[in-house]
Amino acid sequence: MKRSVSRPLLIGVLAALAVVAAIASLLVGAVNLSLGRLFAAATGNGDHIASIILFDLRLPRALLALAVGAMLGLAGAALQGYLRNPLAEPSVLGTSNAAALGAVAALYFGLAQIHPAVLPLLAIGGALLSLGLLFLLSGNAESPLTLILAGLAVATLAGAGISLALNLSPNPFAAMEIMTWLLGSLENRSFDHLWVALPCIAVGSTMLLWDGRALDALTLGEDAAQALGTDLKRTRLRLLLGTAIGVGGAVAVAGAIGFVGLIVPHLVRPLTDRSPSAILLPSAIGGAALLTLADLGVRIIPTTSELKLGVVTAFLGVPVFLLHLMRERRLW
Amino acid sequence: MVSIVLDQVGVTLGRRAVVRDVSAEFGPGTLTAIVGPNGAGKSTLARAMLALVPVTGQIRIDGIDVAAMLRADLARRIAYVPQGQLLHWPLTVERLVGLGRLPHLAPMSRISNADTAAIERAMQRADVLHLRDRIATELSGGERARALFARALAVEAPALIVDEPLASLDPGHQIDVMDLLRAEAADGALVIAVLHDLTLAARYCDRLLLIDDGRVVACGTPAEVLTTERLCAVYGIDARVDTGGAWPTITTVGRSGR
Repeated sequence: MKRSVSRPLLIGVLAALAVVAAIASLLVGAVNLSLGRLFAAATGNGDHIASIILFDLRLPRALLALAVGAMLGLAGAALQGYLRNPLAEPSVLGTSNAAALGAVAALYFGLAQIHPAVLPLLAIGGALLSLGLLFLLSGNAESPLTLILAGLAVATLAGAGISLALNLSPNPFAAMEIMTWLLGSLENRSFDHLWVALPCIAVGSTMLLWDGRALDALTLGEDAAQALGTDLKRTRLRLLLGTAIGVGGAVAVAGAIGFVGLIVPHLVRPLTDRSPSAILLPSAIGGAALLTLADLGVRIIPTTSELKLGVVTAFLGVPVFLLHLMRERRLW
Repeated sequence: MVSIVLDQVGVTLGRRAVVRDVSAEFGPGTLTAIVGPNGAGKSTLARAMLALVPVTGQIRIDGIDVAAMLRADLARRIAYVPQGQLLHWPLTVERLVGLGRLPHLAPMSRISNADTAAIERAMQRADVLHLRDRIATELSGGERARALFARALAVEAPALIVDEPLASLDPGHQIDVMDLLRAEAADGALVIAVLHDLTLAARYCDRLLLIDDGRVVACGTPAEVLTTERLCAVYGIDARVDTGGAWPTITTVGRSGR
């Protein structure tokens, strides 16, 4: 018998971890503020500088880390369940890449300077466009392989578009701007960013959480799932639309942060009964905690220029692949 | 009383007519085997009854056209174990059997006491109570077959369709599974099994539906359906059919010289 932890305990511990990480995130930054000054600012009695740093810089950053992390973790868990593939994550379906391409287009054509909302909106548009393309390519087929192949085609196309933008960028600074954005970061984000991302993430995550039962049924394959009353077409529509909207919104404000959707479901799965529905909520909360901790890491780790969040999560993704490799080779 | 009626059913997959003009009736309390050679359309016929493939003609369960039925309604009426049932995640047996309650659950709702009781009953009937905490993907073939069967029983549907439940089971476990199917029919369920073993089908089933090339060749009691001539024509084998015992036994002598 494999160990598993009771669900309320798991969710409670993960939520506590996320809250602690978020509070820590409020305490750490370029300017060293004492606990007393921050507390005074939080209660409305603090000095002007401390209030600005807390409410305009650190609070939106912490909240965005929680929201984006939750969305990425949840999307990874839902897609792994739907595709019945432990290596699935939003980038497998091309969603993240297409959103990134939308944002890169905004930077490349200088549209981002017109209004701060243009870049995130183009990113979300890119994600939705990729979804349409995905449906066009995969047709009515219900097999996960068809969807993954179609997703790879979309992801490759979007990746090629990003490379093209870098290739043709008029000067090194423009290329640098695109690169910086692609690495993913939550630096200097404001509440405006939060208001763009939050509605998308709320809609996306609701759609993904809705289909837990259908994902469980799919454990038995498409035929058995349908025979258990699952409407596969609707499940697929909800799931892919939820991923595109939610991940589109997340990428729109945070850039292309990979691997959170891959890592988190793997960390929480052994602590549950391993059914796809059981890892959805823990993956969301775990994702929030992980991304907040990673964002804390980029500020604490001493480097000449601040580490980008996507770089840290990419390094965290490596052990997951190694673990799978070792299990496959029966080394562990 | 549950009934399944096939009315001139045809199924075309790709461009190939896999099932053609099949009419048959199935009633409660009977165990029917669908038999026939590989590629005869047995599994497709079973899938058609669950509205998993588009059909021409009509399939009615309790007088209602399955094509017009909501998936969840159909799921509560027919439990189904597909051929070569896969399990994609390493669930415990208890969790696996619990999947059988999905047709009864609304999204986001909690599992009720009635559901828990149904899961217990199903595990008891299929004799997997002692395996409840084991990981289903790590069971032996015989245990696995029973666990998957318990999953279907947990639906508590009046009809049960199982596709090749005996594949890769040893003779002892084959008999166990047939006993389980027989017991369900004895308790009033409508049970349809796609089978390859003709002697086991003859021994356990009330009726056989013999199909070949998508068409019904014969339908009736095992003694009526299984004749030397038919086995030669359908399977291309020389077989001795011994009708002296309590049930017909079939001994395959060899390929018939066609």
